[in-house]
Formats: sequence, structure tokens, C-alpha cells
Amino acid sequence: MSISEDTPKHILLVEDNPGDVELTLEALAAGGNGYRVHVAEDGEEALEFLHKKGKFQDEPTPDLVLLDLNLPKKDGHEVLENIKLNSVLRNIPVVILTSSASHMDIKKSYSLNANAYVIKPPNLETFLDAIKAIKNFWIDSVKLYKTEQA
Amino acid sequence: MNLGKTIDILLVEDNPGDADLTREAFEDAKIANNLFVAEDGEEAIFFLKRVEGFKDAPIPDVILLDLNLPKKSGHEVLDFIKNDDDLRRIPVIILTSSEADIDILKSYNLHANSFITKPVDLEKFLDVVKTVEDFWLRVVKLPKQVAG
Repeated sequence: MSISEDTPKHILLVEDNPGDVELTLEALAAGGNGYRVHVAEDGEEALEFLHKKGKFQDEPTPDLVLLDLNLPKKDGHEVLENIKLNSVLRNIPVVILTSSASHMDIKKSYSLNANAYVIKPPNLETFLDAIKAIKNFWIDSVKLYKTEQA
Repeated sequence: MNLGKTIDILLVEDNPGDADLTREAFEDAKIANNLFVAEDGEEAIFFLKRVEGFKDAPIPDVILLDLNLPKKSGHEVLDFIKNDDDLRRIPVIILTSSEADIDILKSYNLHANSFITKPVDLEKFLDVVKTVEDFWLRVVKLPKQVAG
């Protein structure tokens, strides 16, 4: 079923850079509290979270994934591919959020059905502004499909 | 970001009122853009294949796609785009009056990039178009801008 207006939405942020994690959390927190942000610090942890493995067994299926590309253990493209080939997870929007402006990375991400590709702006103000635009669009405007698992 | 480049948008919409409103909202956008309108699903596919009078049509950077369309439905158009090797990376945003779970699920399963239910209220409709513009035109790196 789709989520109603008052259900908190869950965002999975996959990011290994503590500074970027902090900034993103701050920018998202500034936009209200209708959602919870979960952080995975590498690609492997992201997949464990999404598949509810081990300590993540009671975690929710996220409504939105913000995914860095350059990650330890498993890179962002591997995580993206895993999500988009999984019949339960594939309808979760994945927004790539990376410092890479490489044409190959952009093309590959869209080929693997990333929902959008955002290059992290280099300075604080524009970074916060980009996170706000992501939040306004994906949290406040888009209809998400909530994957309820029995 | 896509500053400095004109962004080509294909709007697939059979309701002239909605098409006009969307066009007006994009005319006020801070990012330079050209909006092309296809009035049914078949015309959208002709435009994208550059046939039947659309030989000079650009490959759009972004597609805004209604679902309930004459001749070919939005889901058929979406399926066509996402199975075409040259077109499949173009972001497709579903913009529809439907909020049915089945339409949302089917759209995401066919790899729609996002799904938006058109607000009935005019003010809210314009707000949503502005949010689309702000995210997709300003913040997102669009694939066509790096093609080749």
C-alpha cells in the first residue's frame, strides 16, 4: 500500500564520509520531522539494511535511498544494481549523491535505473540547497510506493 | 547542475488546460528550457523516434508523462522508452491525476524515475511544477548533458 501523509518516511543515506553524513542530516533535519534518516557507512552495510540481515532485522524498508558511489566494501553501482534487480526493492527511488562528475558514472547510474543523479555541490551553502531540493521533491511532492513486507 | 544549457522537456499531456498551465510555469523557470507538448501516447513515440513530422525534434532531457492518454497509454509510452537503448536513460516523471497504488507500483516497476499526482488546486499544482523544475532542471545532472 502507498503511504499516507502522516506515516513517517524512512530515508536510507549510504555515505562513508562523516562530514557529508553530518551535513546531510542537518539539512534534512531543517526540513521538519516527517521522516527518519538511517545511515549505512558502506555498500555492504547498505545491503544488509535493505535485506534486513542480522542486526537490521527490525529495520523498516526505506522509502528513499540516497546513495554515494565511491564506497568501501561494495561500491554504489553494486548496491544500485542489487536494488533495481530485486523484485521487492526495485520500486524504491534511489538518488545518487556523489562528488563524481564522471560521464561514465552518470551514464552507468542511469543505465542501472537510478532515479536521479545529483553531484554534491562543492560549497556548504549550495550543498544544503541541493539537499533541500531533494527533500522538497522526493519527500513532499512525489508519490512513493511503500513496500510492506509480511 | 545544468546551468547555462537550454533543457528540452517533452510534456505528454492530452488536457489542453493542464498543458497550458505547465507551459506557463516552465516559462517562468530560472533555467532556460524548451517545452514540447505531445497530445497523446502515439505522438509522444513519434516525437521520440523522430518520425511522422518530428524529424527535427530534439532528444528531450526530461519527459513529463501523463498516464491516461488517447491512442497509447502512459504506461505503454514508459515501457517503450525504458526498453529503448538510446532513450532509456532519459528521466521520465509521471505527472497524473491518478493516485491509485496499482498505477504507482506499475510505473516504478517500469522504471519511471518518479511519480507525481497532480494536485487539483491550481496553487498547489504550480507549487509542484516548481518543485519539479527546482529538482530536475537545477539540481540533477541529466544524462543528455553528458551524452556521447
